[in-house]
Amino acid sequence: MVKTVDKIAVNDPVNNPEQRAIIDQILNENRHKPGATMVVLSELQNKIGYISDAMQIYVAKQLEVPVSTVHGVVTFYSFFTTTPRGKHTIKFCMGTACYVGGVPQLIEKAKQVLGINLGETTADGNITLEACRCVGACSQAPVIVVDDDVMGRFPAKKIPQVFKNLQQE
Amino acid sequence: MKYFRSHVLVCVDPECLNKGAHQVIDALNDELVATGLINEVQVLETSRIGGCANGPEMMVYPEGVHYAGLTTDDVPFLVEEHFLKGRIAKKFLIPGKSIEDEELSAPTSKEIRVVLRNCGQIDPENIEDYIAEDGYMALGNILSSLSPEDVIEVIKKSGLRGRGGAGFPTYLKWQLTRNTPSDLRYVVCNADEGDPGAFMNRRVLESDPHSVIEGMTIAAYAIGASQGYVYCRAEYPIAVATLNRAIEQAKSIGLLGDNILGTDFSFNLEVRMGAGAFVCGEETALMSSIEGNRGEPRPRPPFPSVKGLWGQPTNINNVETYANVPQIILKGADWFASMGTEKSKGTKTFALAGDINHTGLIEVPMGISLREIIFDVGMGIKNGKEFKAVQTGGPMGGCLPKEYLDLPVDYESLVQAGSMMGSGGMIVMDEDTCMVDIARFFMEFTQEESCGKCTPCRVGTKRILEILERICDGEGRDGDIEQLEMLCQEIKSNSLCGLGQGAPNPVESTLKHFRDEYEAHIYNKQCPAKVCKAMIRYEIMEDSCTGCTVCARNCPVNAITGERRQPHLIDPDTCIRCGICVQVCNFNAIEVV
Repeated sequence: MVKTVDKIAVNDPVNNPEQRAIIDQILNENRHKPGATMVVLSELQNKIGYISDAMQIYVAKQLEVPVSTVHGVVTFYSFFTTTPRGKHTIKFCMGTACYVGGVPQLIEKAKQVLGINLGETTADGNITLEACRCVGACSQAPVIVVDDDVMGRFPAKKIPQVFKNLQQE
Repeated sequence: MKYFRSHVLVCVDPECLNKGAHQVIDALNDELVATGLINEVQVLETSRIGGCANGPEMMVYPEGVHYAGLTTDDVPFLVEEHFLKGRIAKKFLIPGKSIEDEELSAPTSKEIRVVLRNCGQIDPENIEDYIAEDGYMALGNILSSLSPEDVIEVIKKSGLRGRGGAGFPTYLKWQLTRNTPSDLRYVVCNADEGDPGAFMNRRVLESDPHSVIEGMTIAAYAIGASQGYVYCRAEYPIAVATLNRAIEQAKSIGLLGDNILGTDFSFNLEVRMGAGAFVCGEETALMSSIEGNRGEPRPRPPFPSVKGLWGQPTNINNVETYANVPQIILKGADWFASMGTEKSKGTKTFALAGDINHTGLIEVPMGISLREIIFDVGMGIKNGKEFKAVQTGGPMGGCLPKEYLDLPVDYESLVQAGSMMGSGGMIVMDEDTCMVDIARFFMEFTQEESCGKCTPCRVGTKRILEILERICDGEGRDGDIEQLEMLCQEIKSNSLCGLGQGAPNPVESTLKHFRDEYEAHIYNKQCPAKVCKAMIRYEIMEDSCTGCTVCARNCPVNAITGERRQPHLIDPDTCIRCGICVQVCNFNAIEVV
């Protein structure tokens, strides 16, 4: 984190009036809460989609905590990302039941179809592949989560169809 | 209050939603309006009932009929048959379950539902449903007739122990927190159910949130707290939303907030969300996270009951522990203590998963044997295969082989056998599971989730993982087993928190019970379960192969060749052993050797 404020990218959310308004609203709604840092960052991740370096500096200033603290929290938790995700995210549940139930094969198939690895986004910025922790739908293993939809007992051969549907949206 | 002769509870679990649960609800309401029954039959949303695989599913009360597999087109038929003619629409009954069975299974079954009693029975979005099932009656009783000390005494007599896994006596936690002098105390609910394979808490939060809220409020009264937090993991967005709605409802009718039920007792509750860190299920890490920091554990003592959230005395219990509390107050300590064993009282919920016929949630009395759970409640191993091991206690637990099937499930017995109760994930594995691979899987999990604060856990888990990966890759060496045993000991005795102290358990237990598999990997370069890729090959059986080309088309590395309608061949040098060909083959013509 050596970036200074004057190096902020033009398209960073803090420079975008609409997104800036959302950030300020989140800060104002939550700043009085004890332990506000986590609450604010969760909301930002939810509403903006990621937490850029500039956003971290801005939040730290507003909440009057060191930037190192905010950065430490952002990098500790796997739900926070510092770069934008694709328009759609496909998560593969890596819980025990899903692991035993065939998620590794699903991942293999997805990698093959899209030509990207886990944690990467397709070149058109449309789909991000991710592995995630147990989503608690173990009786339906193997499970994938497409955006917010949990899809259980998912066969490998249906993977291309999912991508096709997302592409068309 | 409006009176309905019949209630339809439609499951709105993600799986059922996907299959069109909302459309079915809309169609039901439209049809009820059209038939003039809208004032007699009420359609409600509920959480999972147990048949999502055939979703959308629904329960119809008072008959208690379980329907599944309906589309919007079937709705007019159902309404006519069931609500107009009063006949059960047999073709939508859950396969294998008739109504008679459902009614009869309750007394003969080995399950007792205390924590799960309301799940699927009431509308979680409606506080009146919970109140109708004696909800908040326990809170009313204690506020009017019991002192905080009396409440702790009742919990002590009941023998309730922490359901998060470690089994610390609940009353003692409450008493210690109460006895620490302070103006400010906190009550925290640990809903960071991170163990892979466990979803009991999610289910309770999603379908009976008020039982947890009531339990926490009673705890707050007993220890003298006025502020509470539920820390729920971010992977459970529906649970968080349900809980928030339930808190608002309780507040609106004076069951939470200032001067509860007109007394001078006040209690406020707030939900805090995690952000995907497993270690936050550890109580001190959880508190750091609520405080807004990195979720790193702190040394204990001081225990949370002395110095917890923001340095104040704090009582932390698990979702299931709190959900037990109202029932204990209502039905009495003796009733609760009558279930279970001498040291482990009451019931325990488990999430059955893996290679078992009946997966899903169960609630059984403590002391029941693993055999009864797996073969009676869980109806045995899938596809008629052989039972190999059961994994309890999540990534910090252990794998138990068939010699332990008659082990009673209670806190002490499981620890003695090298596993633990844990929060209640129970994963059953059949003969096709490689135990070295499973140990490697859990190590990968703990290694990644280690917060990095203390060295034994951060570095030790990495070293164990490296050795296990080497063994699975067919490069195991003489001395690996001894090195693993030494590392396990070191990590266990030197780590700061429960994550590190428990991390070696999967390795230790598999080394103890399945040592021959490790030896086969290391010395014979063989994987007996045929799982580890470096030690297996895929072959197409000429007799069964029809030459349909499905495998060749699906192979990611084009390792399969062959003419149409002629038996195909897999090139073992190109093959990456992903197993896709086995999955797509319609003739079971591909064999692992």
